[in-house]
Amino acid sequence: MAGGKYLLGGLLFIVAAAVGPFLPAWLISLLTISLASALVVLGLILLWRAGLVSFGQALYYAIGAYAVALMMRWTGIHDAFVAVIVAALAAALTAYLVGFLLARYREIFFAMLSLALSMILYGVLVKTEALGSTDGFNVSTPTFLGYAPHGFALTIALYWFALALGAVAAMCVSAYMQSVAGALAVPVRDNEIRVEYLGVSVTKLIHLKLVIAGTLAGVGGAVAAMSISHVDPAMSYWTTSGGFVFITILAGAGSVAAAFIGSILFELVRTASVALMPGTWQLILGTVLLLTILFVPGGLASLFVRRRKVAGEGAQ
Amino acid sequence: MGRKSISRLAGFLGASAALSLALTGPVAAQDTVRVGIVSFLTGPAAVPFGIPGKNAAELIIDAINEGSLPAPYNSKGLGGATIEARYVDEAGSVANQVTEYRNLVQRDGVSAVVGYVSSGNCLAVAPVAEEMKTLTVLYDCGTPRIFEERDYTYVFRVTPTATMDSVGAARYVIDKKGQIPNFSGINQNYAWGQDSWRDFVLAMKTLAPNATIDRELFPKFLAGEYGAEITSLLTSQAEIIHTSFYGGDLESFVGQATGRGLFSRKTMVMSCGESAMFRLGNRMPDGTIIGARGPHGVLARESELNTWFQKAYTERYGTPPTYPSYHMAQSLLGLKAAWDKAAAAKGGKPTPEEVAKAFEGLEFDGPSTRIQMARAKGHQGISETAYGTFKFNKETNKPEVVDIVRYPADCVNPPDGVTSQEWLEGGMKGAKCD
Repeated sequence: MAGGKYLLGGLLFIVAAAVGPFLPAWLISLLTISLASALVVLGLILLWRAGLVSFGQALYYAIGAYAVALMMRWTGIHDAFVAVIVAALAAALTAYLVGFLLARYREIFFAMLSLALSMILYGVLVKTEALGSTDGFNVSTPTFLGYAPHGFALTIALYWFALALGAVAAMCVSAYMQSVAGALAVPVRDNEIRVEYLGVSVTKLIHLKLVIAGTLAGVGGAVAAMSISHVDPAMSYWTTSGGFVFITILAGAGSVAAAFIGSILFELVRTASVALMPGTWQLILGTVLLLTILFVPGGLASLFVRRRKVAGEGAQ
Repeated sequence: MGRKSISRLAGFLGASAALSLALTGPVAAQDTVRVGIVSFLTGPAAVPFGIPGKNAAELIIDAINEGSLPAPYNSKGLGGATIEARYVDEAGSVANQVTEYRNLVQRDGVSAVVGYVSSGNCLAVAPVAEEMKTLTVLYDCGTPRIFEERDYTYVFRVTPTATMDSVGAARYVIDKKGQIPNFSGINQNYAWGQDSWRDFVLAMKTLAPNATIDRELFPKFLAGEYGAEITSLLTSQAEIIHTSFYGGDLESFVGQATGRGLFSRKTMVMSCGESAMFRLGNRMPDGTIIGARGPHGVLARESELNTWFQKAYTERYGTPPTYPSYHMAQSLLGLKAAWDKAAAAKGGKPTPEEVAKAFEGLEFDGPSTRIQMARAKGHQGISETAYGTFKFNKETNKPEVVDIVRYPADCVNPPDGVTSQEWLEGGMKGAKCD
């Protein structure tokens, strides 16, 4: 069963990579941005399964983005691989440090505290006039192990790069979900005390989840920074976090694939709404969210999971 | 149940696919030119800037297509080709703006983009425009960083930088109030407010070396409530208070400060005051020093073009055009002038490179004043600026600006090749004010 899922995932990955060059350029960059969001949403799904909603994921997203931007600005290293590693480390370290505080809180307190932390970063960045305050600054064009593409080649290279990161992240997160630590997420949500009686430290478990989610968001931020070649403090503003939570609701917490489908769908609906109703596009987005909550409360993921369950019942 | 879910998913995917396919319109016909117009249509910057900008775009584009503009813009279209405008909302993240910019060029096939109010968006979009070799005229953003940080071939800005606004404000204060002993400032805590205040302070340092800063307040953007700041300003020694507030922030600040009698003792210097004066009307305190980010609106010179613009705009939208409308109008007219010049030289539809070449160093008339593309290798426009004093005319029941002083372009803009910061810190050397 699990093997089949990886096979399907791998197949989808190859198809997605292969059709890349044949897609219109605007769609490729849109997919790259969606993949960046999907990485953040993957992390949110991990937390969501343990009953935690982070309204501050933009903190790690912005740290990842700024880590890449500053590295390129100050060191002259432009390699995308190095950039992603630096972003992941910076975000992981941040998540590890704030984790000591955050891991002790639940529900609304967790949500508000995570939001507050991301807003602190926002406040600091806005006050930093040397980094352009709210205007932000440009990010240099990345290179890939010495390969320095431009124009369409760069668009496609970034797409493949993001796709590969997405595939690796999806595999790791999927493996983690099936591990004991990952599987304990739902019990943690349902009854923490019982989990403690199993001999597991819930605080440590959640701390680990925070670091994983933070790292994923940092990598997402790195991809976004390279793809749009600009960073600004709004990346750590709470509405950015809210956007990720929106996608998570749309996607649902049941499956890894949903994070990707949800992100792409969200970006497509957003861009279509902007083009069709320039003055009232938020109305369409809001309606989509409302309809999702009303008719597909488990998100897109629930559609796959339910289907699988039905198939299983049929076999019995 | 299962089938239902699958059909739901299929419906979801199908609907979004259809939605995105619907956007891929037919290729532009031979005698049309697609132009993307990007401005805030929603959010806090929509009412003061975005909508007046978009309105002006509609008005000017319709007039260009009809050929009904006064001379020298009375030829039809861009080099004879009808403009087909596509409007995009500037609200949303920088990532959204870059994505939408790519969509405009690669999906909708626009030949030029005119837009952007936010400096952050201008900074982010300019390199993308360059990469995609698409003519782009930034219309309202003020940061001088755009052409100071790198050179562009395809990116232009007709509208002078925000440095001009702060320097003009400082010059007017000195001209009208003399060597004041001190001054205060209240500006929003984000790039616009910080930059405006920094430039104003630097200009004052040169013009009134002995003046000291009394209060330096940075309430957060969209704070809406200024009780503490007003208290601080009331107890301030300084008579002059600089602000670059606009929109809702400006209106609520004026309302709250009027209630507490701040304006009976202090003179406000509002670098964006003009954009709110018609909405505020008699609530705006008399004696306020008003700027319009250029000699626009009530500060504009009289000309056939300006008379037409004022009349047509007021008839169509029920309110006179404010400075963002002028910024949009002059940006579109600059594009038309360059396009027509390139088309005439070629005798056919010009390439983006040919239009860019024609645009560099161009001199043309906007509705309010003459623009010279005389900075940043001919990509950054400069013009004269003007400041005036607000007065509500009780007889006509209309807001007025009196005591207007004009400052020539070279008096309030840094010379070519010198960054704003260097120029201001170096005491504004080379400024020609006569």
